[in-house]
Amino acid sequence: MKNVYTVATNTFREAVRDRVLYNLVFFALLMMGAAILVGQISIGIEQSVIVSLGLTAISVIGLFIAIFIGVSLVSKEMDKRTLYALLAKPVQRWEFLLGKFGGLVMTLTINTGAMALGLYAALWTVKHPLQRGDVYILVAVYLILLKLAILVALALCFSCFTTPFLAILFSAGIYVAGVYAQNLRTMHTVDIAPATMKLLKAVSYALPNFENFNVMGAVSHGGVVPGALVAHATLYAVAYCAIALTAAAMVFSNRNLK
Amino acid sequence: MKFGNSNLLVAPSHYPLEAPKRDLVQIMNCSRRREIGRQIGNRAQFIFRARKDPQRIDAGANSSKNRGMSDPAIEIEKLSKEYPSGFLHLQKKRSLEDLTMQVQEGEVFGFLGPNGAGKSTTIKLLMRLIFPTSGTARILGRSIDDVKMHQTIGYLPEQPYFYDYLTATEVLDYFSRFHGLTSNDRRLRVEKMLKKVGLETANKIQLRKYSKGMLQRVGLAQAILHDPQVVVLDEPMSGLDPLGRREVRDIILELKREGRTVLFSTHILSDAEMLCDRVGVIVGGRLRGVGTPGEIIGMKAEGMEILFEMRGDTNGSPFVSRATRTGERYRLQLPEEELYSTLQELKGAGARILSVTQIKPTLEDFFMNLVEADRAHASAVDVSG
Repeated sequence: MKNVYTVATNTFREAVRDRVLYNLVFFALLMMGAAILVGQISIGIEQSVIVSLGLTAISVIGLFIAIFIGVSLVSKEMDKRTLYALLAKPVQRWEFLLGKFGGLVMTLTINTGAMALGLYAALWTVKHPLQRGDVYILVAVYLILLKLAILVALALCFSCFTTPFLAILFSAGIYVAGVYAQNLRTMHTVDIAPATMKLLKAVSYALPNFENFNVMGAVSHGGVVPGALVAHATLYAVAYCAIALTAAAMVFSNRNLK
Repeated sequence: MKFGNSNLLVAPSHYPLEAPKRDLVQIMNCSRRREIGRQIGNRAQFIFRARKDPQRIDAGANSSKNRGMSDPAIEIEKLSKEYPSGFLHLQKKRSLEDLTMQVQEGEVFGFLGPNGAGKSTTIKLLMRLIFPTSGTARILGRSIDDVKMHQTIGYLPEQPYFYDYLTATEVLDYFSRFHGLTSNDRRLRVEKMLKKVGLETANKIQLRKYSKGMLQRVGLAQAILHDPQVVVLDEPMSGLDPLGRREVRDIILELKREGRTVLFSTHILSDAEMLCDRVGVIVGGRLRGVGTPGEIIGMKAEGMEILFEMRGDTNGSPFVSRATRTGERYRLQLPEEELYSTLQELKGAGARILSVTQIKPTLEDFFMNLVEADRAHASAVDVSG
């Protein structure tokens, strides 16, 4: 695991030096603007608006980072051939992949953590003091992070066997499909043939169910997030990441570099 | 006068290296047997010498028989690599064909060949960057699939490129972490390596600001950072200025003095001649021969060149009419067997001999001969059906 840690810390360093965290400036400006605007136009629903806006921004910014940087984690190393010297060292290919994954998740953790602090700061300007129930914002941010980890694993997996452009398309497509996976599972209609229905259900279970991580509505209205839901989402994310990363490692371990 | 530049000087690729000179001539099916026999003489001598001493020829040899004076550091057996090609990837393109060779421990081995010959493919196969279609390879007796074996080898990729957001110190420290060195060890080795490759003053600059030559030096430093027993360098002189090339040559010689095994690919014959104990020539994915640089590269001497001065009346002198004049100096090219008689005659004619040098084939001539022999063989196969 030492090799994984070494690759992960270097991936994090790359993200920092390539100014990935500059998105935080955009987020800070968005939150400051929202706090000022919300204070003037909305009465009584400031918290709801700020939290919804903040969590959406965290999710969207994270989504972009997870897909675009996730895809480039391996493809950039192969294109620039920085991988050659590394794989000639006593490093397994799966260790490299796991390290890359860990490094980007580390980056996303720091990023979402900093954005969560910004969200709390914006919330504090419209409503102080903060209340005990506001801690669930952190839970919502944690669940967003789990969702992003799944996306990174998928982006990494796709980038192991296809071009970066297609990998981005596949990752974004899976994300959109994953958002509606829950609807697909609970869909009841008489217009679809039973065989097709079974196929759709099977597909819906293969897709990542991102609804598991969506507590934005409840949290923005001061609701409570049950511990069981968090535990279930955590296990689901770990299992899904493990499957995606195993598939990535299997493909990448047999891949000829250019 | 140019002579000895025929492609018949080199055995066709399908021809076994162990074959006797007589058969070689017959296969060539040429009417000018005597001349060809003379021309291929050096080649045939190389073949015979190699047959007498199995340690000195690797192609087609059984690896187990070659263990003797020194164990092979690198053993390659029938290594082939095919790539899918065509729109649907239904066709196969072979870039390496049944490569069998060995590199002995402690020797500097040069891998020679034109672009696309299969040098980098072989090295990438050894480094497990690509996987063979068939065949096996071992380094220091361990399969190349054994990742731990990489603890003892160093590798410089062709035209290396490293993380450009890191400084030279950082990138070397990063690579050294995979070798399980302690923090103090890492610091000391990184400092030593930067000094060795002449980058100690540029160690705090990000690699994105480095020139190609400087990146090459970083590549070399990371390859030898962990004191590997076997060092594999893919075109180590590429992109370096004359000073840089000399420094790399010095480093390779130092590695040899330290008893390490070095395998490097190059286009530059003079580097191979200067550094290598043995060289292997690969063309069109097939190993064409293994031997000492003199045997391989020097087997096709094109003749001799005499540089002389001749003052006074030179009209009517047979040498002057055949020579090329530069100022007061004349250059006369002639076959090697005419050298001594010509020198005597020049002395008699009052010429002052300045130098006598062997005319070496150019790199282009050398490789073109091999490539043309390949083409000739391919045409012959086509015709015969």
